[in-house]
Amino acid sequence: MNDSVVLITGTRKGIGRYLAEHYVAKGCRVVGCSRSATEFESDRYEHFCLDVTDEAAVLDLFARIRAKHGGLDVLINNAGIASMNHVLLTPVKTAERILKTNVLGTFLFCREAAKLMQKRGKGRIVNFTTVAVPLKLEGEAIYAASKAAVVTLTEILAAELAPMHITVNAVGPTPVKTDLIRSVPEEKLERLLNRQAIKRFGEFRDVANVVDFFIRPESDFVTGQTIFLGGV
Amino acid sequence: MKLTETASMPDTQEIQSIIFAAIDELNVQREADRQVEKSLDTKLFGKDSDVDSLDLVNLIVSVEAGLAERFGAAVTLADERAFSRKSSPFKSVHSLLAYIEELLGEDPT
Repeated sequence: MNDSVVLITGTRKGIGRYLAEHYVAKGCRVVGCSRSATEFESDRYEHFCLDVTDEAAVLDLFARIRAKHGGLDVLINNAGIASMNHVLLTPVKTAERILKTNVLGTFLFCREAAKLMQKRGKGRIVNFTTVAVPLKLEGEAIYAASKAAVVTLTEILAAELAPMHITVNAVGPTPVKTDLIRSVPEEKLERLLNRQAIKRFGEFRDVANVVDFFIRPESDFVTGQTIFLGGV
Repeated sequence: MKLTETASMPDTQEIQSIIFAAIDELNVQREADRQVEKSLDTKLFGKDSDVDSLDLVNLIVSVEAGLAERFGAAVTLADERAFSRKSSPFKSVHSLLAYIEELLGEDPT
């Protein structure tokens, strides 16, 4: 992993921030982004403030990566938003925002990353889905639908990018104690954990472990797969 | 397409050399008897072309990268307008060159 160039979206906090520190500690050159600034500083970390759905800003980010690093080894599409609501109480604006960030943002980063990786003839892309997809969680219709789209996107991109030796996989975390679930009622989370084979919250390290597996050189025959945590 | 403020307008020769460099890159991956000819008349898809769909994708991406390297700005050739035209700009080297010239000639806003 030494000196690999790793791009991670949504690195200001939560899992993204953890992954940024994790790969800096492994000796990677990490490029991160989020809508606002981060407090994380390292000479191996560079941060960009952007919205992952803003095509012009994303193209500019990739042009900078190309100019500075000449290529990209790994993309981790962590940025995502959620909103828990009964479908009858879900505003179109909220649905639009979730779909844009989770689906279009992931697509846009995959497309541009693959262009950079294609030139070197290798690359690893890891997308983020959720256990809310297989569990079909009530109250998460739009969020789960957006993340189901990420699974399909992952599977089809895996096929389209395989000739370029780029693998595309997805990790589906259980609830991890981050801002994403802070508004979910305690008893709902309890019920959810009870549907997992291993009934505990996920930890950042659980997610990092799956990402580590997908991006290691030996995983060049693993693509189009989704690994759900917690035995879902 | 967007160009940086300092970027200069390229001439036809320059764009052609970027396309030919992309063909060179493509040819590295192809067998000696299946080399793509560096000519304006070279067909990039259709029954008269031996460039397959994946080669075309790689070629377009290489040309985008070549333009980006030359002008230091993000370039997207595969936009909606390109796909909605009756006559595809990706049909031949000549049409691709004309399309790039057309994009570069526009006000970069």
